[in-house]
Amino acid sequence: MKKFGILIVGVGGQGVILASNILCDAAMAAGYDVKKTDTLGMAQRGGSVVSHLRFDKEVSSPLIPQGQTDLIIAFEKLEAARYMEYLGKQTKAVINDMAMPPASISLGIAEYPSDAEILEGYKQMGIKADFIAANQAVKELGNAKMLNIYLLGYAASYLPFDHEILAGAIKKRLPPKLLEGNLKAFAAGYAASR
Amino acid sequence: MKKLLSGNEALALGAYNAGLKLAAAYPGTPSTEIMENLARFPDINTQWSSNEAVAVEVATGASYTGVRALAAMKHVGLNVAADAFMAASTTGVKGGLVIVVADDPGIHSSQNEQDTRHYARLSKMPVLEPSNSQEAYDFMALAFELSEHFDTPVILRSTTRVSHSSSLVETSAEKQPAAQAAFKHDTAKLVMVPTAARVRWPKVLKREELIGEYAENCPCNQYIPGNAKLGIISSGIAFQYAKEVFPEASFLKLGMTYPLPKNLIKEFSQSVETIFVVEELDSVLEDSLCRMGISVIGKKYIPRSGELNPDIIWAAAIKAGILPEIKDTLPKINTPDFPKRPPLLCAGCPHTGIFFTLSTLGQRSALPGKPKREPKLVLSGDIGCYTLGAYPPLSAMDTCGCMGGSISQAVGMEKAGLGEPVIAIIGDSTFMHSGINGLINAVYNQSKITILILDNRTTAMTGHQGNPGCGIAANGQTVTEVNLEELVRGAGIKNLQVLPAFDLKALRNGLKNAISSGELNVIIVRGECNVICRKRSLPNTIDTSLCNRCDACLLLGCPAIQRDGDKLFIDPGLCTGSNCNLCSQVCPQKAIKTNEAA
Ligand code: SF4
Ligand code: SF4
Repeated sequence: MKKFGILIVGVGGQGVILASNILCDAAMAAGYDVKKTDTLGMAQRGGSVVSHLRFDKEVSSPLIPQGQTDLIIAFEKLEAARYMEYLGKQTKAVINDMAMPPASISLGIAEYPSDAEILEGYKQMGIKADFIAANQAVKELGNAKMLNIYLLGYAASYLPFDHEILAGAIKKRLPPKLLEGNLKAFAAGYAASR
Repeated sequence: MKKLLSGNEALALGAYNAGLKLAAAYPGTPSTEIMENLARFPDINTQWSSNEAVAVEVATGASYTGVRALAAMKHVGLNVAADAFMAASTTGVKGGLVIVVADDPGIHSSQNEQDTRHYARLSKMPVLEPSNSQEAYDFMALAFELSEHFDTPVILRSTTRVSHSSSLVETSAEKQPAAQAAFKHDTAKLVMVPTAARVRWPKVLKREELIGEYAENCPCNQYIPGNAKLGIISSGIAFQYAKEVFPEASFLKLGMTYPLPKNLIKEFSQSVETIFVVEELDSVLEDSLCRMGISVIGKKYIPRSGELNPDIIWAAAIKAGILPEIKDTLPKINTPDFPKRPPLLCAGCPHTGIFFTLSTLGQRSALPGKPKREPKLVLSGDIGCYTLGAYPPLSAMDTCGCMGGSISQAVGMEKAGLGEPVIAIIGDSTFMHSGINGLINAVYNQSKITILILDNRTTAMTGHQGNPGCGIAANGQTVTEVNLEELVRGAGIKNLQVLPAFDLKALRNGLKNAISSGELNVIIVRGECNVICRKRSLPNTIDTSLCNRCDACLLLGCPAIQRDGDKLFIDPGLCTGSNCNLCSQVCPQKAIKTNEAA
């Protein structure tokens, strides 16, 4: 296998970092060398967050080079579009169909881009993105905090190892009292992708 | 055992296993987690020091008793600590002393970008530079050994990308026992009066030479043979990027970048045709090689500023003619300029009210349709969460340069003869760090400014560490609080008000009184940081039948107040309700309803 690169993007507070930590644990459990790095804004206060994760027999740079992302998991639509240069033809995309407008938009200084604008780069690159209503799905499951695990479940079928390994990593990271609900969210996400 | 660790976690574990006895730090991104992880070990004495100079002094004192000690900080923290740092170099150590400094290339979370390696030349201390978490772990043990063997403090330099990326680490099961503290009187070494210092300094210079000789065989400097056409000299994370771009090349990977292994470098340079120096930030290695008469390529192609990545090195190599131009297989994508998403003060932040007050009194923001006015009041700012008050819509900060500078700069402006009222804004943690020096100076020099100390009971920006004013130690223990009011009064301040952070009327009146008095004034604005506040209450709601879209509430910049088409609404997941209630105080239509009990 060639190095596998995963980009997870979203807004501070959405659970991006926990999701990428769990993916790392899973890749490690699957026997790979793993590197990951998170980039946060000045603090995590509602700014844009991106996490790079790579695994292979051996990995040197923790940052994914341009065009070499195999899987992008976007927790928010606008963030899905922001890191276009990392995507390539081979990229699989899982995008949460949800908009969190930055402050400049509420203030009327800027406009939230349309779906077509957001997807323009994906279209030019020939990437077919899965747009999924994850917020709705976790609301139905009864807890908005499980968004990240639901998205991991959905993305699991794009990974080069079994989804059970990922479920195992979730069990290790989450406190027991949150486990049951989150495993349900994981299973629901996984089922939705099939 | 193999573990996935961030660079900072690996540094902490490495120090623990090396028998560390004491660690002192001031939080600062990207270095903060080193201390947070050390504080989990009950057998290490850990402390958040009030600033970085104090941290180095504390660690140096511990080293003088023969135990292994560490001080950690971010790059700009070393500027604060420079005096203590130079002093430690002069006396040398007893127990191993490691000073960890984390640089921030690309300025992810700092006020500037600077290359700590320059301090090595100045202080004659060796610098170790790990390039991943494994090395962070291993180099920590090595740093302590070197420190004791050569009688010198050692700089362990990290960067954001090393500190904040995680990779696998093979850790050792054994922990070295920590030494027992014991003081041996040794005035010739530890009392730097000129007669003693004159003897000591040549020893420091000799020490530098000896370490240079050692560097020739230091296992941290690695020759990685490859193609003889291209030789790469690199260090730190830049090595990892270069390895990605030139998998076939020969490498000289320098784990110690000061002093340099001159013979090793010469040998390497003779074994390859072209040498490409790949280093982040300044041309420290390149300049040294040039002084040695070795011709290299480097900063002509690699930028001197900003964080490197494989793509930048790739592009540089193509420009330098080392790599062939590849026909770009990726389509060039033209994406529109998407709106940025800068960090914001949290919903329910105790700083929002005072910034809103400053913004309105200072004519900083205007309602939609109203003309922009010339700002009034000069607002001298400082470093912390509250620096985010500089962003629109609040726009209530005019300067921000370094930790603790706000009060002194404000005094300077006033003394320069500025006609407008000058207001200094500083957080509680920053005040304890070095702002207090400015306050003492303001009293002494009879300044007429207004000083706002925004006391949110924590060091919020770096992740809610304790500080002397909130009485929570590094290990979470409750300790004596330094009383801010008494401290301020003790410095000689007569005009002191303590105002509640969420009461706009009180803030407005208090601030107006302070400004109009024309005297030196301190206002402590007190309200707990929303992130650590335990009180919870039901979110507020907007009655859309009453809301006439005057947009006054939007001027608070609260991220919970959002727009959906023509309507405003409050995000119930973000709003902290009656803990805050600022928006309902602002709304002229009384359209924002509070929902008291939770
Ligand atoms: S972390 Fe605390 S102090 Fe910082 S912006 Fe949020 S509420 Fe305000
Ligand atoms: S009460 Fe108003 S200003 Fe305070 S957090 Fe809620 S929406 Fe924001």
